[in-house]
Amino acid sequence: MSAADFLLELRCEEIPARMQAGARADLEKLFRREMDAAGLKAGAITVWSTPRRLALIARDLPLATDAVSEEVKGPRTSAPEQALEGFLRKTGLAKDQLTERDGVWFAVTEKPGRATEDVLAAAIPAIIRAFPWPKSQRWGAASIATDALRWVRPLSGIVAILGEDLVECEVGGIRSGYATAGHRFHHHGEITIGGAHDYADKLRACHVIVDHAEREGMVREQAKAAAAAAGLVLVEDEGLVIENAGLTEWPVPLLGRFDEAFLDVPPEVIQLTARVNQKYFICVESSSPSKLGEDRKLANAFVCTANIAATDGGAAIVDGNRKVLAARLSDARFFWEQDKKKPLVQHAEKLGRITFHEKLGTVAQRQDRFVALVDAFQGQLADAVPAAKQAAAILKADLVTEMVGEFPELQGLMGGYYAQAENLPDAVVASVRDHYKPVGQADALPDEDAAVLAALVDKIDALVGFFGADLKPTGSKDPFALRRAALGVIRLVTEKGLRLSLGQLFDAAAQLYRQQGVEMESPSADLLAFFADRLKVQQREAGIRHDLIDAVFALGGEDDLVRLLARVHALQAFVGTEDGANLLAGYKRAANILKKEEANDQTAGAHGEGVVPPTGEEDPLVLVDDPAYRDIAAQFAHPERTLSYQPEPAEAALIAALDAAEPQAEQAVAAEDFTAAMAALASLRAPIDAFFDQVTVNDADANKRASRLGILSRFRAAVHKVADFARIEG
Amino acid sequence: MADIATKPLSLQDMILRLHAFWGEQGCLILQPYDMRMGAGTFHTATTLRALGPEPWNAAFVQPCRRPTDGRYGENPNRLQHYYQYQVILKPSPENLQELYLQSLVEIGIDPLVHDIRFVEDDWESPTLGAWGLGWEVWCDGMEVTQFTYFQQMGGFDCRPVAGELTYGLERLAMYIQGVDNVYDLAFNAPKGNRPGVSYGEVFLENEKQMSKWNFEVADTDSLFEGFRRAEEECRRSLDANVPIAAYEQAIEASHLFNLLQARGVISVQERASYMARVRDLARGSCEAYMAKFKDEWAAKYPEWAA
Repeated sequence: MSAADFLLELRCEEIPARMQAGARADLEKLFRREMDAAGLKAGAITVWSTPRRLALIARDLPLATDAVSEEVKGPRTSAPEQALEGFLRKTGLAKDQLTERDGVWFAVTEKPGRATEDVLAAAIPAIIRAFPWPKSQRWGAASIATDALRWVRPLSGIVAILGEDLVECEVGGIRSGYATAGHRFHHHGEITIGGAHDYADKLRACHVIVDHAEREGMVREQAKAAAAAAGLVLVEDEGLVIENAGLTEWPVPLLGRFDEAFLDVPPEVIQLTARVNQKYFICVESSSPSKLGEDRKLANAFVCTANIAATDGGAAIVDGNRKVLAARLSDARFFWEQDKKKPLVQHAEKLGRITFHEKLGTVAQRQDRFVALVDAFQGQLADAVPAAKQAAAILKADLVTEMVGEFPELQGLMGGYYAQAENLPDAVVASVRDHYKPVGQADALPDEDAAVLAALVDKIDALVGFFGADLKPTGSKDPFALRRAALGVIRLVTEKGLRLSLGQLFDAAAQLYRQQGVEMESPSADLLAFFADRLKVQQREAGIRHDLIDAVFALGGEDDLVRLLARVHALQAFVGTEDGANLLAGYKRAANILKKEEANDQTAGAHGEGVVPPTGEEDPLVLVDDPAYRDIAAQFAHPERTLSYQPEPAEAALIAALDAAEPQAEQAVAAEDFTAAMAALASLRAPIDAFFDQVTVNDADANKRASRLGILSRFRAAVHKVADFARIEG
Repeated sequence: MADIATKPLSLQDMILRLHAFWGEQGCLILQPYDMRMGAGTFHTATTLRALGPEPWNAAFVQPCRRPTDGRYGENPNRLQHYYQYQVILKPSPENLQELYLQSLVEIGIDPLVHDIRFVEDDWESPTLGAWGLGWEVWCDGMEVTQFTYFQQMGGFDCRPVAGELTYGLERLAMYIQGVDNVYDLAFNAPKGNRPGVSYGEVFLENEKQMSKWNFEVADTDSLFEGFRRAEEECRRSLDANVPIAAYEQAIEASHLFNLLQARGVISVQERASYMARVRDLARGSCEAYMAKFKDEWAAKYPEWAA
């Protein structure tokens, strides 16, 4: 069967640059779906985009679908008449239309192949109607109807050619044809396309580079070359390459210069102004490295990308763009100079007018809490407290500066620049600049200890405030970015190896809110549970099992993340060993037996009443209902030394092993040597296996039974000193 | 075309050219709405006429008041009072982009010398319950026009869709004349021995005085009272089934709110509530306007009623 190449072009008014990559993928997906449904197998498929068109070329598309023969098996020829009648009814055939083979009736229907042209004529409107644009619109006279066609911007033309034949179709009043349009300004009138073979070349002749990748290459290379020709180095920016290629059909990068006087403005401001507002590349002096770095020196140059080969070589375009950039940079410089007229402390006075949250007071009150909360950090960060305290009082002052009002994404960074301009100490500058860090999992942490402290204070204050006001994240809603804040705290604490009690810090922060008249219960418990969840998500990438984190968190009272992770790491190593896996199995068996027993005890009623084990509490009843103490209670209730019978060897061996392992594990945990604690547990593995092999727990002698349950309970308690194995999966 | 190649158009000649061009395209050339408003979109020729199925093609200059943008005449680009040129075409014609580009050529912009681009910029006015898709049009990197296909107005689907063009006249004129300061613009061209008049000669003193009034002088009690009265009058007008009158009161309330903002007497929290009040007035007026003509339109345009 013969095959031909198919060309589809959907032309419309300017497609937003950011949507073009998605549109290409969607066009290919929808086309493949239609072809698959028709049973057509195309060769290579190429998809291109420009601002004004989406194009698809499918190579070697068969000219017709295959004929198919469908066979339905019927009754045997020897079957009763009713069976045959039923089969004829079902298939809608007469008896002489059936085929007989080996004594069985078959109904055979031949479905002829369809012309691919017809398949395409139906597929094209279907693809257009189903196209999943992120935002689409109606237009023109047809939009009076409720079911008018939608497209990203008005659709203006369809080219659909199979081989050299037009695929005739129509959608929303637009009929397919051979004609397309060239460049908006360089070419007037229609271009007649012959087919997939001449499409790209004919467009190129009319100033349209239809292949987006080629345009991206042109922007990338020519922007670099324009900078090099001026003796500069382009600051590479792939996002800008794609965006400019998405805004042009004939990209022409042009270099322009701006007034050198603007270089007084911080380079980030210049870059942001050029990039976000104008989509320009910036350049650095050729002696600087081409990647953004501390030692680069920004040049007074920009590269804009025009969509025409201008008749004057681009002089007017460069001049116009220079003026626009100059107007924006003079705004920026005005802000920069205005802002520097006052020290940050004075800017900070205005924070009293900025609401942090209606339930949590103003940003000025926030800063007062920062200053006080800094004192709660002792230990490793003690030396950083004075600088962090000075920074805390002006941490958010840049929010009320003109520059941050204009460019909110520069918060922190501008504060750092203004602090530097006031000659504040380096550690203070760094704290103000870096206290938002880390902004995500990949963002760098601050270097200075004072900045680490400021970053922690900012995040902990927010977490405690919003949790205290019961404004926790729910589902996908996290309007105050508390998950990110918690992740930031986790990264700062664990990656810097900071030993601190989060619970104490949460309590201290809550107390500061109360002192300002914001009533709140301490949200510590809620927050620690929230942190456990965030830690699980964060550690998943490092390959740490979430159930092991649960197993350690479940012990309660652990709010030192460094110690907690050390224990989790040791536990993960241990459960991966044969000893670990077997001990876990032994633990689960013991726990099941005990659980059943404890359930029986409860249903048995009040028989335990009055038997209150000594717990070390002044009031012996205080812990009676605390499940965490049930094991201790059991231990004291069945003291092993008073066995009234001769224990079996495996029983005695387990008791001996427990006698040895318990203090070992306890000491190792106290010394934070979790590997040793695991080793102590490992020593129980053989004895517990032997115990289950050789000893009957459910002995007829109630005394023996109680005693053996007591030993299991002791075993469970010993394991729990290291981790709650009940939480471990497997 | 020949003369503009040598001499750039004055502001008033630019307006006259645009009027001539859009008049040729069958647009009504309307005059400004005689009320203070923040954007040409508030003109009833845009807002209310975008509603319903009847064709509507109009072009007009609308003075816009943005009290908070005043800079006492000291900033070369910012004004509390400036002009927009509005074109509204309903239904949006197939060649709207081409017509627009021709209009640029008419005022002296050669698209093979200057880089004209359509850059995504969707438009939304929560106050009017309106949104549309379109672009900001760039000329050598400068935004010179907002180009929008209205999708909804007053919370109603635009059936059919109207195309709206909003040219920033001062910006375009500064561009065409190669002037860096708005006050240096040639408002008209010299004629015989009569010298031309600059934009500054016409408006600089207004900017100084009005900036001062907007920011410092305007009596806030009267403004608050005015807002309250406009709100009340809007509701009375709605009750009396005169939606155009109601809509005018919504425009009035909107501007008084902007003045109160410039006076700095509306806190961040209050701001949201005032905006919601203005929105309710504007939407209520659009709804009443629709309701008033719905049956008439449905009878005349059966496909609209569907």
